[in-house]
Order: sequence, then structure tokens, then C-alpha cells
Amino acid sequence: MVPVLDAVELEEIRDDFPVLHQQVHGKPLVYLDNAATSQKPRAVIEALNDYYQRYNANVHRGIHALAERATREYERARERIARFINAESIRSVIFTRGTTEAINLVAYSWGRANLKKGDEILTTWMEHHSNIVPWYQLCAETGAVIKRIELNPDGTLATPVISPRTKLVAITHCSNVLGTINPIRQVADAAHKAGAIVLVDGAQSIPHMAIDVQALGADFFAFSGHKMCGPTASGILYGKERLLDAMPPFLGGGEMIREVNGTGFTTNDLPYKFEAGTPNIAEAIGLGVAVEYLDRIGMDKIRQHEKELTQYATDRLRELVEIQIYGPLDAEKRGGLVAFTFGDIHPHDLATIADQHGVAIRAGHHCAMPLHKHLNLGATARASFALYNTRQEVDALIRALKEAKKVFGACPTARQMGY
Amino acid sequence: MLDDLYQQIILDHYRRPRNKGKSDPHDFVAKENNPLCGDEIEVTARLKDGKIEEIKFAGHGCAISQASASIMTTKLTGKTLADAETFITSFLKMMRGEHLFGGKELGDAKALEGVLKFPVRVKCATLAWHTAQEGITSLKDGAK
Repeated sequence: MVPVLDAVELEEIRDDFPVLHQQVHGKPLVYLDNAATSQKPRAVIEALNDYYQRYNANVHRGIHALAERATREYERARERIARFINAESIRSVIFTRGTTEAINLVAYSWGRANLKKGDEILTTWMEHHSNIVPWYQLCAETGAVIKRIELNPDGTLATPVISPRTKLVAITHCSNVLGTINPIRQVADAAHKAGAIVLVDGAQSIPHMAIDVQALGADFFAFSGHKMCGPTASGILYGKERLLDAMPPFLGGGEMIREVNGTGFTTNDLPYKFEAGTPNIAEAIGLGVAVEYLDRIGMDKIRQHEKELTQYATDRLRELVEIQIYGPLDAEKRGGLVAFTFGDIHPHDLATIADQHGVAIRAGHHCAMPLHKHLNLGATARASFALYNTRQEVDALIRALKEAKKVFGACPTARQMGY
Repeated sequence: MLDDLYQQIILDHYRRPRNKGKSDPHDFVAKENNPLCGDEIEVTARLKDGKIEEIKFAGHGCAISQASASIMTTKLTGKTLADAETFITSFLKMMRGEHLFGGKELGDAKALEGVLKFPVRVKCATLAWHTAQEGITSLKDGAK
């Protein structure tokens, strides 16, 4: 099969990312921790510099040239992002600091206004803490309860049971551990039929595949910029206008008001109602540039490249007999990441040895402790891919794992050690 | 550099952990975890004539945390509580880079100094020692 990106195209993409061209511990850097944060292309880095060096000013306020330019670029970023996700309108696209803030916004604003004792929030075992803790907090305040959609043995989602008490389904589009891509449209249809709304955590899907929030049936869709080649502290909450309009504001302050008098205030229009204070202007503009960059390469191409790479990685990993891979083995059903354990070698030891070979992977619970408990796992190692990763880099990971095997070769199994 | 971290002594303790299990009966028990790594450890110990007669550890974790726990038990066995506390304090100082053990008294524990070159792994090496310290403190508090 001919790869979707040939060697020349891939090299061109890699040239766009200055950080990739360096040595770590005397070896070429192999960056496989993209699910934690992706690297940034030169265009994004330059956009940040450009803002600060040429037109740094506050948005929506000043009556001067720099402020007008800053406002124009900031709003242009919003328009690009709105198109990128096929949002209902630019009014439905709110800048946040990232997925976590976006979900907290919904929990605080929509949740407190709409949930009461006995209501149910349906979620899954494979959520990141950012799509768990805000709901725990909300439940503690309102008396609502958490229910979970079960997992199938292969790491895919069982059929959701939506009860008449379900008010919200909070679900990740793609698991940051299992890699599972969840059937959002199917879940959303079932939820809507029961009168519930759906919040989708898109942090791990949007960097890797084309997203159409309306086709998905998402009422809310939250994501971070820094995992999709954008700056840190950039992110988006997409929400249906109908819902956002009815919600009370989240943070109070400047920008989110229309008028403040001696005793009260009236709120601004969408999306500004939810953007109190001076936003992360440079970062928002940078995210717009990141989206433009990804668009230029093409999300379908990126998805195909990462699918090929993930399949290659799972195949190569499985050559090592003691490898246990978590989640679906079919790259069609998973995003561009593979979490695994290797015999009884602790993931932290694997990560340290990999690092000494220049290979950056993640080890631990990946901010998904309930999932690890649910699967009875202490920790896992995770390799996660981006558009710029290559098969040679997967090979470097495999070599590092073989080295780890040499170091720890004759270790007894955990069970033999008497747990 | 990797050899500084995974020294033969450390690998030996990891492969053949000493005093693995649970002291039964025991005079103190302490549990700690490192939620970042998912490591969990339980330290139990029995005293006789004011000295630690037996100290054991159970749980799971990386090579460094397991080897360090094993080494900890071998170093504290036979010590009075006061001596054990002093030893733990010195060890923890070493792992903060504040104090370098030169003497023989540290024995195998000296091997863990190499972990200092890997700052993110230091907490793996200190987990068992903090747990033992907690156990001793709880025993002293109980006696008051």
C-alpha cells in the first residue's frame, strides 16, 4: 500500500516544526507524546511573535489602529475555527484556555442552571479527569448523580442505556488511553431522543481527524489548541446558540457585559458573554493559524497518515511477545495513539530508557485514573502520534523497548512477587 | 548515564526484593502512594527491645521504587527507632542533593544517589522511605 504522505511530503512537514530537529541524549529526538501536547509549526510561532512585535493591543476596546488590527485578527481566527468545525455560527464559538476550561464553563453555567437532585449525568469509564471532576463537583452541589456507559472487552463502548433522568451525556470523542473513537452520532441520537444533551470532549480527536460538530450531533464540543499545533492556553467551547443564549454567564468582568450600573449589569451578546476579561489574544490568533496550517495539509490526509502509522506501530509492538496493547487493535477504530505495557517492566522505567534513546513517550495514568482502576492497571506507557511522525520513529521506539528488555531481562512477574 | 540509574545493586534488589510482604504481627503499618505513577506501598514493622526486629514492604511500582523499598528494609532492620529516623532523614537529604553520604554506613542505599541525575524519578526513590518515616511517627504519636 502506498502511504498517503510520501517521504518527500513528510520531510516537508517535518521542516515546518523547528523543535523536531534536535538531539536528545545524543540521539535524534523522536517525539511520541503528542497526546500530551503537539509541537508547533513555524507559522504558529511566528504568529505569536508577530502579534507582540507589530500589533499588540487589546481587542474590542481601543479606537486606534493597533486595537483594530488585533480585533480583526482575533475575530478572523474565530471565523477560521468556526469553519474548521462547521459550527452553526461564529456566535457559537467561544475562546477558552483549553478543554478543561471549556468543560468547566458548561458545568458551572449550564449545569447549575439545569440540573437538580436525582438528575443523571451519563459518562464513560474512559474520560480524562477534565471530563470527570467538573461533573463530580456539580453532582456534589446539585445532588445529580453520575452513571457510566460500560466498556466492551475490546475497549469500545457498550450500547448506552439512557434513562428518562439522563440530562447530559458527557463523552470523549477519542480516548487518550484506549485510543477508542466513540460513535458520537449514535450516542447523540439516543440522548436527544431521551431529551438529554451531549457534551463531547474533542481534545484527542480534533488534532487527528476532520470534525463537523453538526454532523456529530454535539450540543457542546470542547477542545484545546495546544494538542493541534496551536499555542498553549488556547481552546474552544463550541455550543449550540440556543443553549448558550439561555445560559447564565460563567466569569464576570469586562467584555462579557453590555452595561453595568450602580446595582447590576446586563450581559453582552454571544460569544462575548462567555469571554470575560482580556482573552489570550496571541494564543487565539495562533490557534487560527494552526487551524489554517492543518487545513492546508488536509485533515483527511492527516487521519490517513496517522492511521497507517498506528497500524504499523501496533503491528510492530505485537512482535514483542510480552506487549499488551489496550483498546481496539484495528486502527480504523482508534485515534493515533497506543497505550501498552511490556511484560512486568514498569512504564516509568520504559519511559526513562526510551528517553535515553531520544524517544519521548508518556508513562502513568494519563489523567485517567478511573479507567486504570477499572481495568485494574497501575500505569501504562503511551506512544501518541502526530502528522509529522514517521515509521522510522516507530522503529526507534521498538529498539528502545528491546533495550529495556535487556536491562530488566530476568525480572520476576508481579504475581511471583506475591501480590 | 542509564547505568547511574539502573545500577547492578538496584537491579538486584528489584529482581530479588528483600523483605517483601507483610510483618505479622506488626507494631506499625503505613501506606503511601504516588498517584502520578500509580505506585502504592505498604510498610509494616515489628519491634523487639526497642529495635526494629522486622520491617517489610508490599505494593507495586517501578524498578527504582521497588529496589529502594527493598534497600530501605535492609538498612533499617536492627536499628532503634531513633537511629532509623536519623538514617531516613540523612537518606532523604541525600536525595535532595543537600547532603552527600561518604561513609560506609549507607551501603546499598548509596547506589540510589545516581537517581539524582533523573530529577523526575527522585520521588520513586523516596516513596518507601517517606512511608517508613510515617510509620515511625505514627508509633511515636500513639505512645504519647
